[in-house]
Amino acid sequence: MLPKPMKIAAAFAFFSFACAAHAAPIGYEGARHLLNRTGFGATDSEVRQFAPLERNQAVDRLLAATRREPSTQPPEFVDAPFEPFYRLRQMSAEDRMAARRRLVAEGFELRAWWVREMLSTPSPLTERMTLFWHNHFATSQQKVRASQLMYRQNALLRREALGNFATLLHAVAKDPAMLVYLDNAGNRKQAPNENFAREVMELFTLGEGRYGEQDVKEAARAFTGWSLDRETGEFTFRRMWHDYDTKTVLGKSGRWDGDEVLDILLARPEAAEFIAAKLWREFVSPKPDPREVARWAGVFRDARYEMKPLMRAVLTSQAFWSAENRGALIKSPVDLVVGTLRTFEIRPVDLRPAVLAAAALGQNPFSPPNVKGWPGGEAWINSSTLLGRKQWLDRVFRGSDPAAMTAQAPLRDDANPQKGRGERYRRMMERGMADYTFDGERFIRSLPVSADGAARVDMLVLAAASVNPAPEDADAAERVRLLVADPAYQLK
Amino acid sequence: MERRDFLKSAALLAFTGVGGLARAAAAPQGRKLLVLVELKGGNDGLNTVVPFADPRYAQLRPRLAIPRDQVVQLTEAAGLHPSLAPLKPLWDARQLAIVQGVGYPQPNLSHFRSIEIWDTASKSDEYLDAGWLSRAFAASPSPAGFAADGVVVGPNAMGPLAGHGARAIALNNPEQFLRSARLARAEGESRNAALAHILSVERDVMVSAERLQARRKFAAEFPRGPFGSAANTAAQLAANDAGVAVVRLSLAGFDTHANQQGTHGALLKQLGEGFAALREALVEIGRWDSTVIATYAEFGRRPRENQSGGTDHGTASVHLVMGGAVKGGLYGAAPALDRLDGSGNLPFGVDFRSYYATFLSRWWGIDSAGVLGAGFRPLEFV
Repeated sequence: MLPKPMKIAAAFAFFSFACAAHAAPIGYEGARHLLNRTGFGATDSEVRQFAPLERNQAVDRLLAATRREPSTQPPEFVDAPFEPFYRLRQMSAEDRMAARRRLVAEGFELRAWWVREMLSTPSPLTERMTLFWHNHFATSQQKVRASQLMYRQNALLRREALGNFATLLHAVAKDPAMLVYLDNAGNRKQAPNENFAREVMELFTLGEGRYGEQDVKEAARAFTGWSLDRETGEFTFRRMWHDYDTKTVLGKSGRWDGDEVLDILLARPEAAEFIAAKLWREFVSPKPDPREVARWAGVFRDARYEMKPLMRAVLTSQAFWSAENRGALIKSPVDLVVGTLRTFEIRPVDLRPAVLAAAALGQNPFSPPNVKGWPGGEAWINSSTLLGRKQWLDRVFRGSDPAAMTAQAPLRDDANPQKGRGERYRRMMERGMADYTFDGERFIRSLPVSADGAARVDMLVLAAASVNPAPEDADAAERVRLLVADPAYQLK
Repeated sequence: MERRDFLKSAALLAFTGVGGLARAAAAPQGRKLLVLVELKGGNDGLNTVVPFADPRYAQLRPRLAIPRDQVVQLTEAAGLHPSLAPLKPLWDARQLAIVQGVGYPQPNLSHFRSIEIWDTASKSDEYLDAGWLSRAFAASPSPAGFAADGVVVGPNAMGPLAGHGARAIALNNPEQFLRSARLARAEGESRNAALAHILSVERDVMVSAERLQARRKFAAEFPRGPFGSAANTAAQLAANDAGVAVVRLSLAGFDTHANQQGTHGALLKQLGEGFAALREALVEIGRWDSTVIATYAEFGRRPRENQSGGTDHGTASVHLVMGGAVKGGLYGAAPALDRLDGSGNLPFGVDFRSYYATFLSRWWGIDSAGVLGAGFRPLEFV
C-alpha cells in the first residue's frame, strides 16, 4: 500500500492526465457525435457551437440546459376533466364508438405534440431521457386508453428525466397509467395480481434472475390496495384491499407496504448497475463493459440516485468518446425521423405523418410493444423496416410515392382494428408529407462556403464512413441524397 | 349455395382426399414448408383445448370456465373453445394434432425470458444468441434456389430466425416487398457489427427479391384483420415458385391478466378463421400435404383464474399442429389439474425441444441433436 502523500500525488497525476485528455476542443466530429447521441440529429450551426468546447464544458452545457417542463403547449384535452372508465361501459354502442374514436384522435395528437417537443425543445437531452424512461417504464395506450393518463405519465417522466431515479420509481409505481397497464389497480389482498411486482424487479430495478418467484409473490402482496380513484383517475390507497401481514422480500421481512418494497429494491447494488448498463446501451454501444458500468453504478449510488452525476460520468467517459464506439449504435425510428427533420431543418406544419412514419418503422411512441419496451439495437432492422426507412428517406429527399411507405409497414393496431383506418392514414400521409421535402438549395446555402464543404456534409450526416461513396463530381444536394441512402446513415 | 360455401365444400372434399389433384401445383423441390404461429403473450391452453370432463377445471375457474355445452367436443374429455369451431372439420379428417402439456424444466414466468428460451431452444438457465431455426439452417441450408430459408410476416422481431446463420427476411406481403426492394443496393463488408447487420439484411433482400413473385389471388377468402392478412401472405409464400422453408406468423394479445373472456374468444376466432382460410388456400394450390402449421408461445396460463377475471402467467400449454401430412389426434397427457406445483402451475409432459425435434428430424430430416444440443425424442404427429 502506498503512503498517503504518494497516494495523493498519484491521484493528482492521474487527474491531470485525465484532464489533459479532456482538455482539447471536441471539434466538429466530436460535437456531432455528442449532439446526435444525446439529442435527435443536430444542425450544422449547433455542431459548430459545440465544436470549440472541451468535453467537460460541452457536457456541462447540456446538463445545465435540461428542463422539467415541456417547452411547447400540450394538447388542450390534457386539462379537461377525467372521463371515468366505467362511463364507457354505460354508453350506447354508438356513443361508445364515438368515444373510442375521440381517444384515438387524442392519442394521435399527443404523439404529434411529443414529436414537436423533440424537434423544437432547447434541451433535446431532456426529451431523449424522457423517451429513455418511457422505454424503461414502458406503458402503452393500447391498454391504458385514457390519453390524459398517458400525458400525465409523460409529464412525470420528463420532470424526473434528469432528476432522481428513486423519486421517479416511487412516483411511477403510483402513476395511474402504470397502475392500469400492469393491472395493479385491481391488486387486492384476496387475490394478489403479480404483474407489477414481477416487472418492477425484472425490468425496472434489478434485472432477470436477481430475485425469486417467491419474492414476486410476497412483493405483490405489498402493492395490494394501490389503486385508482374511479372518478378522478388519480392514485388512491384502498385500505380494505391491502395486505397488512408480514412479507419477506429478498430476505427482508416486515409488514412492508409498496414504498418499503421499492426501497428494498433500491438498496440492492444491482439496481444502480442495471440502470447504468442500460444507459451504456443507450449512449455508448450494444456491449456494456462491466468494469466501467460498475464504476458508473458507484457514482450513481454515491449520488443517491441523482441522474446528473451519473450522466456526467457517462458522457465524459473514455468509452463514450472512443473511436471504436462511434457509429456503433443503430438509429431508432424516432432517431431516424426526428433526427432527419432536425439535421436538415425540415419543419413541417403537421407532424402526424412523422408519427406515422416512426410507428410504421416499429416505434410508435406511447405504444411500446410490451412492458419490456422496444427491443432496439439490431432488432430495429429487418428487411421490412430497412426498406421502410429507405422509402421514407427517398420520399423526403426525392419526393417519391408517399403511399408506398405506409403500405410497406402498416400502422399496427391489433387491439382495435377499425375498418378503413389504414386508408385514412394513407391519405393523411400523402397530404401531410407535402411539406416534408428537403430543400437542397437552401440547405447548401446555409453551409459556410469552403473548400472542404463536401467533407463537412459527410461529417454532419454520417457517423461512420459511407459504404457507397458519392462520386467526386456530385453536387452537395445530390451528395446529401446519396448519403442518406447509404447504410451508414442508419447508424449513430 | 353461395359461391363461398361451394368453395368451402370443395376444399373440404379436397382435404379429405377425394379431389386433391384438382389444381395441384408442384411444391418447390427439396424442403417442405413449416408455418409457425406465435401466440404472443402466453395463450391460455386450458380454455383453448378444454378439459371439460375434469371437475377441477370448473372449480378452478368459476368465472372463466367454458360451459360444457359450448365446448366443441372432440373426445370424452377434451374439446375446443367455441371460437375454434372452424378447426373441427380438420379434427374429423384426422389432420389436427393437439399436443398437450408442452413446456420445459424450471419454467421461467417472464414473457421475455421465456420466449427467448423458446426462440433459442435453450435450457432454462442457458443463454444462446441465435434462434433455433437459424442454427438449423446454418447446419443444413435450404436448397440454393430457395427465395429464403425463412420469412417473418410483419415488422416484428425475427424470433427463431434471429441471429446469423439463416437467410431470413421480414415482410408484410410480397407485393410491397418487391416494390421497395429496389432501394437495397449494398455492397461490401464491415467490421462495425451494427453496419455488418444492416449490410447482411440488404443482401438477403436483394436475393429474395429476385425470387419472389407478387400477389397471387386465391379463391379462399381470408378473414379481415391483421391475422387474416398474415395468413394470406403465408399462402402466397407457399405458392411461390422458389421455395421457402419456414414462414413465421404471429398473433398478439394473449397476455390476458384481466377480463379474459371476450379478449381470448376474439383472438381464438381470428386464429381459427385464419387457419381455416389458410388450409383452403393450401388445398387450392396443392400444398396442403407438404405444409405443416404449428403454434407456439412462451407459456400457458395459470389454471386458477385471478380476481380480475383473467389468468396469470403459467407454464405448460397445449399446441396445435395441422396439415395434410399430420397424424391427427391427442398427444401428450391431459392437463394434470390434480398435480399443480407450488405456484399453482401445471407440470409439463412434452419438452418443447421434442416438439421442435419432430419438425427438424421427421419433417425435414435434419439432425435435431446437433441443433438442439442434445437428443430429444420426436413425437409421432408427422
